[in-house]
Amino acid sequence: MTTLSDTSEIAAAPILRRGTLVLAALALVAAVALLVGGRYGLLLAVGLGFGIVLEGLRFGFAGPWRAMILRRDPAGMWAQLLAIALVTLVALPLISASSGELTGAQAPVGFAMILGAFVFGAAMQVVLGCGSGTLVNAGSGNAVSLVALPFFAIGSFAGAYHLIWWTDLGALPVIIFSGWQGVAITLAGLALVAFILWKLASPENRRLPRRLTVAAVLIAGLALLNLIVAGQPWGVVYGLGLWVAKAATAAGADLSGSAFWSAPASADRIGQSVLTDYTSLTNIGIIVGAWFVANWRNGGLSQSLPKLPAVAWLAAIGAGFLLGYSSRLAFGCNVGAFFSGISTGSLHGWVWFAAAFVGSIYGIRLRTLFQLEPKP
Amino acid sequence: MTRHLTAAIAVLGVATLIGLDSLETPPNPYKAPKLLALGSGTAPAGGFCGALPDRPQGN
Repeated sequence: MTTLSDTSEIAAAPILRRGTLVLAALALVAAVALLVGGRYGLLLAVGLGFGIVLEGLRFGFAGPWRAMILRRDPAGMWAQLLAIALVTLVALPLISASSGELTGAQAPVGFAMILGAFVFGAAMQVVLGCGSGTLVNAGSGNAVSLVALPFFAIGSFAGAYHLIWWTDLGALPVIIFSGWQGVAITLAGLALVAFILWKLASPENRRLPRRLTVAAVLIAGLALLNLIVAGQPWGVVYGLGLWVAKAATAAGADLSGSAFWSAPASADRIGQSVLTDYTSLTNIGIIVGAWFVANWRNGGLSQSLPKLPAVAWLAAIGAGFLLGYSSRLAFGCNVGAFFSGISTGSLHGWVWFAAAFVGSIYGIRLRTLFQLEPKP
Repeated sequence: MTRHLTAAIAVLGVATLIGLDSLETPPNPYKAPKLLALGSGTAPAGGFCGALPDRPQGN
């Protein structure tokens, strides 16, 4: 028989767990702010916010692209476009007025960049996790993403190692849409894409759920905060590669053979704490934020781990490596190139979007081929 | 086995990364920049995904 006392204890358990989670998050941010610096604590808080919103409101990139390709459901992609548009409205004028304190995610369009975006689009559909998605999924206990993540980091390191060889294949100068003219061009482009999606969508799917609208607004707010605090837009893959570069250096590896990692700016960052690297801080925040949400939910982590064949795990490893390698050639992933590139006026963000979307169409087929889809 | 295990591994991995890195390259709060880049008067110097080695400002 359940007594009143037992019932009270059962009811109090989630409150205690959630209270502990909130205190842990605040303590983590305070510790970094005190022991490393206020800006770094704030960036970690921004990263936690990203993780909480992405996992808590199910805002993603790879999944919505898959939903559009397979089910002609554009809701998730509309949410992405809305978030990008909101950031554009504020970020571009702010960057123009900041006299060099803020910078955009600007990179050149080139052969390797387009190839990298195509491969990234395919690989993200194989593991069903993009740059931010792999971090979120790993933090919430997705075994495939957890396996892919370290190879993502190794791939990012290796891609940066060879970056100059790839960019020497040919690239245009950096093309940027700036100021209010840039805002107009970018918003027109986003509206055109949104309209094309509307035309292609199934009539029953032509709606944007409130959850995704709220998520888009929150993600846009956090991305702007990232820009204002760090001076640069939200990114993911640089930090992952830096973790491997730091580990390799600590193990005695000589990185002088790489024009990228031996450059003074890179060598300087390798010699500094990982807690002073902006993309590392937001990456850490995303993993931990997703973990907080998974723990917050009742039964959020009680799902059994999948029983997948060996080929599926090998595919996760290979796709993880390719996610990292290709995103360096592409000057960013879905976050650094697509989200931040477009919202800060870089042409390469648009080209990345087109190439990665085509890659995603092939990646969805590969996911089935590698038996990563659960059997009905 | 449930996601409790894999989620714990992810968070422990992050904790290990920070712990080992702090031993190798301890942070120095006295060298911290201003709270916000906007209004700081300094150019951004962080690493970024679009960074090329000849562009030390990150983008």
